[in-house]
Amino acid sequence: MLQIEDLHVKIGEKEVLHDINLHIEEGETHVLLGPNGSGKTSLLMTIMGFANYTITEGKILFKGEDVTTMKAHERAKRGIGMLFQRPPTISGLKLGKMLTAISRSKEDNIPEMARSVHMDTFLERDINKGFSGGEIKRSEVLQLMIQNPDFVMLDEPESGVDLENISLIGTAIGSLLEKDKYLIKRKKSGLVITHTGYILDYLDADKGHVMCDGEIKCHGNPREILKDIKQRGYKECLECRHQ
Amino acid sequence: MPSPVKFPGLSKVDQDRVEEVGIDLGMTNRCGSYLQMDQDIVQSECSQQGIEVLSFKKAMEKYDGMKEYTWQAVSPEKDDITRYVAAQKEPKGYVIIAHKGSNNILPIQACLYLGREEIQHVHNIIVAEEGAELHIISGCTSGAHVGKGGAHYGISEFFVRKDAKISFTMIHNWSENIEVFPRSASIVEDNGVFLSNYVCMQPVKKIQMYPTATLKGVNSVARFSSVVISTPGSYMDLGSRAILEGVGASAELITRAITKGGTIISRGHINGKTAGTRGHLECKGLILKDGVIYAIPEIEGSVVGTELSHEAAVGKLARDEIEYLMSRGLDEDEATATIIRGFLDVKIAGLPEALQRQIDASIDVAEKAGF
Repeated sequence: MLQIEDLHVKIGEKEVLHDINLHIEEGETHVLLGPNGSGKTSLLMTIMGFANYTITEGKILFKGEDVTTMKAHERAKRGIGMLFQRPPTISGLKLGKMLTAISRSKEDNIPEMARSVHMDTFLERDINKGFSGGEIKRSEVLQLMIQNPDFVMLDEPESGVDLENISLIGTAIGSLLEKDKYLIKRKKSGLVITHTGYILDYLDADKGHVMCDGEIKCHGNPREILKDIKQRGYKECLECRHQ
Repeated sequence: MPSPVKFPGLSKVDQDRVEEVGIDLGMTNRCGSYLQMDQDIVQSECSQQGIEVLSFKKAMEKYDGMKEYTWQAVSPEKDDITRYVAAQKEPKGYVIIAHKGSNNILPIQACLYLGREEIQHVHNIIVAEEGAELHIISGCTSGAHVGKGGAHYGISEFFVRKDAKISFTMIHNWSENIEVFPRSASIVEDNGVFLSNYVCMQPVKKIQMYPTATLKGVNSVARFSSVVISTPGSYMDLGSRAILEGVGASAELITRAITKGGTIISRGHINGKTAGTRGHLECKGLILKDGVIYAIPEIEGSVVGTELSHEAAVGKLARDEIEYLMSRGLDEDEATATIIRGFLDVKIAGLPEALQRQIDASIDVAEKAGF
């Protein structure tokens, strides 16, 4: 599904990602862990195609196609989607209008889909204006449900969300990633940034990666890595790679 | 059922322009019409019981000079424009009176069309008597090929009596060589509501207006909203003012201004003269191409117990908002248009749905043309 080879990325003059290699198969969900400022969000923004993130070396292949130089909307149309940790507020633009604008199927029942994530009363509100943490994440999930991407990137979907909302959001994301289907029938893939790991209860992740200082330094079982990090912190977790 | 509107000698292009300012030529969604081409009154009628649409001249004859209203809200000595109109021997324009308790669900339309004349002048008087509710859409436009240019001088006086309501939605679609000088004022009595909405998405050489609402009555309300785009060569000096005199009076002045190279002066003034009054003034501007947006918000309070606030912001389209929408599959142009559309989307509390749709339709036309 997604193949990243020898990727180097700059923001302005500063290189923020160094020699990233990542391979996510169809139906797999990977978890990206790492301390604050390690480059996790930068990697997701780069994969999405945000203009601030300049790829200086390497390439990104999506479903076998080189998307390295494509703009964000071209990548979105090919099936890449992202849940933002802190999406912008857009004054005046109603959530319902945006959903209509991004919907590509006449069969989308937007009110019904909104109801499923308790956002039906937000359709006439400006996007993210005055939304709580949980509401922002439910809005993001709803947009992804309409967009229906094949590859879903989730930037801390549980941050700022209470336990009740985590269950709702986790279930919806699980459905987006076809976790309700047998492994062999899953076509959707995901890449998830998490600090707490709560979201993993709903996602059944396949592989974990630890990022530090703009590099992926460790791979393994996501729950084991998370357990190590919780017990020993990132410092020891990263040191183990060099033992 | 009112008659369909007929503009003699109007080309298809100019008919389209008339429709773009909200004039329903088929009259399916209007209960009355006043149409004036240059200085000729084409139509003046209303089918709604209790509401009269008269030419200024007829109203003067019928109501003994309309002494209670004429030049009572706007001073004839205000400036050169008012003096010019006051000096006319045959004043043109309309008088709309919603008599006590009347109510029009379908709006009345007034179209002021500038074709050949050097100066079109009108004097309008709009009255909602006690308990009446009156909704008006005023579409002002000029012929698409008015080569020599021209000017429109318009005096409008509004009187909102006790427990009455007037909504006045004005859509302008002039040309690059037309100058426009509306002079209007309203007086609002106890529990009266005055809504004034202004939309101008098309080029104009110069427009200058500063309508004033004097809220004399207890709990009276005024809401002004303006949605404007200024193109290169357009000079728009716009404003609105609310004077809060009645206890509990409140006003809201909202402006959304976009420059694509033209100049917009966005003025606003709320004067809280009485305790228990409230006012809020908001101007948001977007600079899409080098031009001028000069916001001058003024709030003036002179007693304990008046609460006034303002916010003004002028800026550019935020890159992160554009890219956010692009990440959902919209290309850059679509994302930009979607954000601008949202920016201009001001919903006016208390405005009938049909008029809100008409405002939206005017913005849609600009959106389709690529803002």
